[in-house]
Amino acid sequence: MADGGHLLQVERLRTWLASGDAVVRAVDGVSFSLEQNQTFALLGESGCGKSMTALSLMRLLPENGRIVSGSVRLHGQDLTALPEVAMRGVRGRQIGMIFQEPMLSLNPVMPVGEQIAEVLHRHGPVEGRRAVRGRVAELLRAVGIPDAAHRFDAYPFQLSGGMKQRVMIAMSLAGKPDLLIADEPTTALDVTIQAQVLQLMRDLQAASGMSILLITHDLGVVAEMAHRVAVMYAGEIVELADRERFFGAPFHPYSRKLFAALPGWGKRTQKLEVIGGSVPSLTGTFRGCRFAPRCDLVWGLCHEAVPPWREVSPGQWARCHLTEGRRAAPAVAPAGLREAAPVPVAAAGEALLRVEDLRVHFPVHKGVFKRVAALVKAVDGVSLSIQRGRTLALVGESGCGKTTVAKGILQLIRPSGGRVYFAGTELTTLKRSTLRRRRGEFQFIFQDPYASLNPRMPIADIIEEGMVALGVGASKEERHRRIDDILAQVGLSAEARQRYPHEFSGGQRQRVAIARALAVGPKLIICDEPTSALDVSVQAQILNLLKRLQDELGLTYLFITHNLSVVEYLAHDVAVMYLGRIVEQGSAPEVLGRPAHPYTRALLSAVPVIERAAGRPVMRLQGDPPSPLAPPPGCHFHPRCPEALPICSGTEPPLVQISPTHGTRCHLHGPGIS
Amino acid sequence: MMPFKPVLLWTDLLIFLLFAGVAAFALYVRRHEHLAASWRRVVRDPAGMAALVVLVAYVAIGLMDSVHFRLPLANHGGETGRYYSAEVLSLLDVVASPLREHVEKTYSAPFATHLYAKEAIVLPDGRRIRGYPRLKYGGAQLAHPERERGPDILYTALAAAGKAALLWALLGYGLVQWLARRQRRSAAAVWAAMWRGGGEIPWRSLLATLGAILLLVFLAIGLGPKYHVLGTDKVGQDVFYQALKSIRTGLVIGTLTTLVMLPFALLLGIMAGYLRGWADDVIQYIYTTLNSIPSVLLIAAAVLIMQVYIESNPDLFDTVAARADIRLLFLCIILGVTSWTGLCRLLRGEALKLRELDYVQAAQAFGVGHWRIISRHILPNVMHIVLISVVMDFSGLVLAEAVLSYVGVGVDPSTQSWGNMINSARLEMAREPMVWWSLLAAFVFMFGLVLAANVFADVVRDAFDPHAEARRIPSAVLSRLFGRRPDGESHG
Repeated sequence: MADGGHLLQVERLRTWLASGDAVVRAVDGVSFSLEQNQTFALLGESGCGKSMTALSLMRLLPENGRIVSGSVRLHGQDLTALPEVAMRGVRGRQIGMIFQEPMLSLNPVMPVGEQIAEVLHRHGPVEGRRAVRGRVAELLRAVGIPDAAHRFDAYPFQLSGGMKQRVMIAMSLAGKPDLLIADEPTTALDVTIQAQVLQLMRDLQAASGMSILLITHDLGVVAEMAHRVAVMYAGEIVELADRERFFGAPFHPYSRKLFAALPGWGKRTQKLEVIGGSVPSLTGTFRGCRFAPRCDLVWGLCHEAVPPWREVSPGQWARCHLTEGRRAAPAVAPAGLREAAPVPVAAAGEALLRVEDLRVHFPVHKGVFKRVAALVKAVDGVSLSIQRGRTLALVGESGCGKTTVAKGILQLIRPSGGRVYFAGTELTTLKRSTLRRRRGEFQFIFQDPYASLNPRMPIADIIEEGMVALGVGASKEERHRRIDDILAQVGLSAEARQRYPHEFSGGQRQRVAIARALAVGPKLIICDEPTSALDVSVQAQILNLLKRLQDELGLTYLFITHNLSVVEYLAHDVAVMYLGRIVEQGSAPEVLGRPAHPYTRALLSAVPVIERAAGRPVMRLQGDPPSPLAPPPGCHFHPRCPEALPICSGTEPPLVQISPTHGTRCHLHGPGIS
Repeated sequence: MMPFKPVLLWTDLLIFLLFAGVAAFALYVRRHEHLAASWRRVVRDPAGMAALVVLVAYVAIGLMDSVHFRLPLANHGGETGRYYSAEVLSLLDVVASPLREHVEKTYSAPFATHLYAKEAIVLPDGRRIRGYPRLKYGGAQLAHPERERGPDILYTALAAAGKAALLWALLGYGLVQWLARRQRRSAAAVWAAMWRGGGEIPWRSLLATLGAILLLVFLAIGLGPKYHVLGTDKVGQDVFYQALKSIRTGLVIGTLTTLVMLPFALLLGIMAGYLRGWADDVIQYIYTTLNSIPSVLLIAAAVLIMQVYIESNPDLFDTVAARADIRLLFLCIILGVTSWTGLCRLLRGEALKLRELDYVQAAQAFGVGHWRIISRHILPNVMHIVLISVVMDFSGLVLAEAVLSYVGVGVDPSTQSWGNMINSARLEMAREPMVWWSLLAAFVFMFGLVLAANVFADVVRDAFDPHAEARRIPSAVLSRLFGRRPDGESHG
């Protein structure tokens, strides 16, 4: 790959980290090159060394990290050999970087304009206050911030997440870098905002001709952005190809597993493909292929020799022993079809959970006497129902009140209004003691498996706690037997019982959280984004587990998520939420296939997808979701709606039934219009 | 019949209870991996272990001084029954009886053989002159103090150092043999590893600190009975003895105050943060109010009330020691009552954060009761804060005692304490020529304890603070791991 014309050329880069008394070979011989005006994506799951590679390029490694060998050439100049003083000129000037968390990368006590101006002073020859302000406004305009001239004095807390990420981009562009390193730039953002930011990055690239090194775990983002793709696994690149070739015919078994693990509409009847085992520890050296222990197509040579880096087809390189012939014949049968569990037919009157006009308002107190000054209407009249044994997906962007709905249903937050019927019982008026006895019937699985398990308690105690509180299991022995059974049911061994949460990986912790909920024998489980903190392959395991449990135990799920591919895979019914209200509701094929509300359509079109269907309408939302403290009058969506009518800003739209199971709240479908 | 009558003062009881509590906690930690892991980080730190050895030496003296008893009086003229001396002695008093009993007339400088002030002396031939009289005990064994004092001090010190070195070598040898047997390696290999400073436990710094302490102990044993190593005070008492006796006072104040403060801080802080609502408001108002009263004022008022009470009920206390002790205990309680607000505030904040965490919500979804959630989910997760703040507060409290006694609202004047020593030094510093040794002795002893406590507290905080996760790795470890330091690297 050696050639003088590359913008960036990384060769056999090794970055090691000290961890206790061991060395973690986080980046172990990575080579790639990047051309002018190109987007190069580094794809991989967490812990495979993507971010360390980026930090090595910038020489911004943590104190316990060292580049031990290899070279990073930018315009032919080796950055690893530069003194730190010269490196400071490279950072920002030649290489810009944006990080995952825009909330953490801006100084909260400095106006954003000054933060950008700081970069200008460091790198640019801009003189005079006026000129600086002008240049900053220009940059802010370039990243699509409205009213750019007046944003100079805005503090980060006055901007939304998407705006902050735009400011970060403006800041990294201030030095006019040739290369922009974007480390998971949209992972913390909502889909509609993600779509805006990705579009912005494409536009900026087209305008300035800079190159982008995009680090991500999201195949959809890669498909929308990258020209070339490198897949990283356990500290090395296992496959490198053009986008077309990579998405057309991924070669390496790991790459193919990543595709197979993605949930989606087409896989509803199947089990998702999972990658068994876990990423190997990077503290030692490897004799054979690093992926061999988890590979389905493994053969003798894989364990004996490190696979060579070779061109498997023109423009596609991979580190794999498989030949075309072996690759064609999979060693194991593809994952079998799910046990043919027909979608239970929804019969009227069989609703396990019925929510009517649920409202959760949080008062905002002011003054000495804590007078209620305003109400945050987090949930403002939500009605939904779920039939026994079915899955309802509640979809919406962050801050729209999904989780509050869940907590209102579970009575973890007492609702301000409305009714919740669970198996015929009204929960909101139940007495504390009566409610406590029934808590076993509806359970909750949290988003972050790292925060939902008490780090100071062994697994057995964690699972047993709910059983003791609800009187499940008469004796200690009986409870312990049940814990063993349930651990086996969620795919954990009985030895897990005496261990502490920190000894488990994210996926295993989520299994423990599921086991804890199952232990009290619930009928309804509310899952709050249970896979959004997990890698794709682990997400597949958890989704498979949830589906299997539903088939075996007849569980009912209320599945809260913003990930539409998970919805497609799992949900029978879908409800779309926007700013405390449900805007559209219906069976999954109806809502996902024929979305009626403009917001649903925008949400669907904002999701980055791998195969761009021909004629898929592209609909980009402008602006950010408004604050629930001061929601817009009428239809909450009208300020962002491209199809808004005059009536939308005045009157709240009524529920319009499009079919017996499909309803929406939109004036476009109102009796007078359609 | 017992040859002495044991006396259990209130503070003694509490100190031994505390000691037992610490031992029980150590056992508990051994069985809980997540706690043991943090303590292992403490044990591996050389500075922390050196500080711990110093602290153990102080605690040993303090504990020795907490075993109290009364000796019987000799029976005169056929009295029946036993009568005990009104003077309460401690084990330390007995061990250091030469120091206690060698009382001069008034001031004498460290290692002096004569008094510090001129007096009229009657010579054997009946003449009277003004001069510096010989001390009764300091250097009394010397016939010609002018010539003999220097060599005598040197020989005694050398002999003491020799004994210390011998004992130290024996201890070191025993340790090496024990480690060699445990690790199944040759003694030479263990010794080499220890000398390089490698291994899990920093034996090298442990042994070095132990050596220094042994040297000091033997010097004290050798020189103490012959001279007043830190001089004598106004009434001729040995200053070194006073400084030793002050250790217990400092330790009592530093530890028992915490014991008083903890229940308030834990209970109120967690309740405010977890329950929110009116409970939170009430508790917040209480500690804000308490915080806005100058604490010295509050302490002074409480101490004065206490004093009046003691003086109007003299029959409640059978000895002077019991009286002084009850006053010390109340000082601890008052200090505790006025100092819980800081920790309470910290704990409230932490509980506010914890109650929103998913695992607490999960427990609520199971209908687990409030007390169970507090005791199983909140309390164990704030213990690191409690531990850090207790260790950090200790040195502050020792210093606070000194300040309060100086102001005159501290411990009973009959209790030996560094604060009282400093208080009396106030007048001595104004004398001409100046008497400086009381102040210096109090300063050196207090400094040793507070420095060791602070170093140890720092190590404990580093080990337990979850935010210190990205721990600084010593460059020695880095260069060992990476073999070499690549050129062009500026950080590290």
